[in-house]
Amino acid sequence: MNKHQHEILIIGAGIAGLSAALEACYGGEVAVISKVFPIRSHSVAAQGGTAAALGNMEEDHWEWHFYDTVKGSDFLGDQDAQAIFCYDAIKMAYYLEHLGVPFSRNENGKILQRYFGGHYSQFGQGPPVRRACVAADRIGQAMLHTLFGECLRRQIKFYNEFLVTHLLFHKDGCCGCIAWDLVKGEIHIFHAKLILLATGGYARLFQFSTNSAINTGDGLGMVLNAGLPLEDLEFIQFHPTGLYPWGFLMSEAVRGEGGYLLNQAGERFMERYAPAKMELAPRDVVARAIQMEIELSGNPYVYLDLRHLSEDFIQERLPQVKEMAFKFAGINIKKELIPVAPAAHYTMGGIPVNIDGEVLADGKKEAMPGLFAAGECACISIHGANRLGTNSTMECAVFGHRAGKKMASLVKKTNYLPLPKEQISLALEEINHLFVQPPKVSIAELRQQLQVSMMQNCGILRDQSRLKKQLIIIQDLKEVYKKIGLKGIPRTFNLAFEEVWELRNMLNIAEAVVISALAREESRGAHYRVDFPKRDDKNWLKHTLIWKKEDKLTLDYKPVVITQFPPSERFF
Amino acid sequence: MQKKFIIQRFWPEKDKIPYWQIYEIDCQEDWTVLDALEAIRAFDPTLTYRRVCRHGVCGSCAMNINGFNSLACETRIASLPKNIKIRPLPGFPIIRDLVVDLERLYQNYTVIKPYLITSSPPEKEYIQSLEERHLLDGLYECLLCGACTSACPTFWVNENFLGPGIFLQACRFILDSRDKGFNLRKEILRKSDIWRCHGILNCVEACPKGLNPFQAIMHLRKILLFGGKR
Repeated sequence: MNKHQHEILIIGAGIAGLSAALEACYGGEVAVISKVFPIRSHSVAAQGGTAAALGNMEEDHWEWHFYDTVKGSDFLGDQDAQAIFCYDAIKMAYYLEHLGVPFSRNENGKILQRYFGGHYSQFGQGPPVRRACVAADRIGQAMLHTLFGECLRRQIKFYNEFLVTHLLFHKDGCCGCIAWDLVKGEIHIFHAKLILLATGGYARLFQFSTNSAINTGDGLGMVLNAGLPLEDLEFIQFHPTGLYPWGFLMSEAVRGEGGYLLNQAGERFMERYAPAKMELAPRDVVARAIQMEIELSGNPYVYLDLRHLSEDFIQERLPQVKEMAFKFAGINIKKELIPVAPAAHYTMGGIPVNIDGEVLADGKKEAMPGLFAAGECACISIHGANRLGTNSTMECAVFGHRAGKKMASLVKKTNYLPLPKEQISLALEEINHLFVQPPKVSIAELRQQLQVSMMQNCGILRDQSRLKKQLIIIQDLKEVYKKIGLKGIPRTFNLAFEEVWELRNMLNIAEAVVISALAREESRGAHYRVDFPKRDDKNWLKHTLIWKKEDKLTLDYKPVVITQFPPSERFF
Repeated sequence: MQKKFIIQRFWPEKDKIPYWQIYEIDCQEDWTVLDALEAIRAFDPTLTYRRVCRHGVCGSCAMNINGFNSLACETRIASLPKNIKIRPLPGFPIIRDLVVDLERLYQNYTVIKPYLITSSPPEKEYIQSLEERHLLDGLYECLLCGACTSACPTFWVNENFLGPGIFLQACRFILDSRDKGFNLRKEILRKSDIWRCHGILNCVEACPKGLNPFQAIMHLRKILLFGGKR
């Protein structure tokens, strides 16, 4: 067996993981484990921009960004974290620019910023403000490649194409993990003082999704299995405009740059749902409006209209959207309408952490020694019930950075805890069992059943009967899962093993998502209950916590941190 | 739509040489090659390849499809003939089936120092004019998928040749107005066998993003010969 020891271990090499590594390495020796080569991480897919109130185009202030983020979150975000986020975002944008992110520029040579849904001036009272920092429509790639290059400069150690299967705990804290080397098909044991999870979200639970195949919530699955809580899982953002029928992201920048949404009758239907903000209302509002139009017309999509924009402008600002519409759908966006429908895009819920990224063992106050989380897998919570466009990439950078800094400050004061022998042998048994059992069940079929049913029963419009039905479906699928085997499939680059492991996490998380959604009898942000269509601050202005106790999922709640803006009704 | 997939299989630990396996499947009109591979793997989980984003932005699924290096996820089935022959990217060691070892590509990437070399940054952002920023277009979009490098015979036979994709990346950093590492970068290029490129333009044909590594190589050569950045 291969054994490794590193002071700080970072699991995941997207924007959050790499940002953390770049800070953590000032305090101790760092290694990064990633399921894919770092620049293939899902961060690469972010398009529209990254949020920071730089005010390069017109007046803007971090306080306005703060208000928009609070309101966008439908008042479920924790305002202490949201304030830090909006304040730090400005410094972070300059830091990223100094590292070399190829931002687009305005006439003055400063970072170009564009309009985006939910970004307004004067605490939501004024006109829209250009706050999304732009690198054409490839912000994720620009940030990820730049951060990876910087990690190469600092000579950070990478274990690429390693799938982490188990976290290891001593009674005093997290002390390591087990990983599967996908290329060689071997097991590795990692011993560490501090571990950061930056493993991304779980939007692949849904059939129609903008996400990469790898966004299966691996970190959340491990945390749930370890008996630690998860927070606000029911809040899943559906991006209003996924390219029909694939679900590929058609950036919000399309609307930010002036694109319209049209229904089958050619009507700009947002007039009826958000008369003031129209296409630039927050994502939950627009996605729901589109879903309603879809259900009214019976046609599975609506249209994005860019025909009124000039060819040069489209090429300059939206080259990737143009390319994708053409490559996949054969559409010339200057001349034709783009068919779009809402697609699962981002998961607001995750592993509860404090503002320094320390994982909360009780979900509330008490930190789990040695374990950190950042990025989409974490729930700080700055997105609350609905994330504002462009806040995710910046969240990864800001809170990855903070967690890295915290780890750097702790690492020399922390000792290696002994590795738990029993946990390791149990884990190895679990893995080896898969290779002994013959393949009786189709992994792809099982996954598809999960994704299709989640879309139908736990999607944009939810109700009690559908959620209950989904719970039974998931329990049945979990029984089928037990029959999965990999006997006879070569261990070298065994993609099937990766998929089985991902499916295991997906099934566990799906169950927790549905239970959380079933309990929350109100509509808030991305969680919309047809049977409880109103927000209910009296009973539900609180975060959901869910964890496994004696093999059963148990719910608990904690209050929302409100420092400045008391809840008010959202109008758009 | 009935299609015949002829896919190269190889497991170095067991197979002496690669062999072809044929799958005949019914494809939907709007499928990509990746969709078809996923459909095949649903009944044959022993087949393996890399895939992540599914829509042409991560660069994982570069492979050789009917003789052309392409991204499987954005190659539409409808644009291909009835027989579709898929091999791993040529010029790299095979790990298994369609998965190749890209270590040499990644090592070469580190050689060109893929990061800005600067001294003391300003308080806010560096000022970069629109004109200066435009110099990076056609360069920073490279996904490092390996399609161009794998199509380059000079890369196959010359161990010191960094490869077209890596030169394109080198050009991206040398042309960045914020970078102060010009002399160091020139030194690296001098030792890089950049003159071994014969200009056969395979790289240009192969790039799934429509970038032009050859143009970047010519630009770098000009810099080495005549000095100056542009």
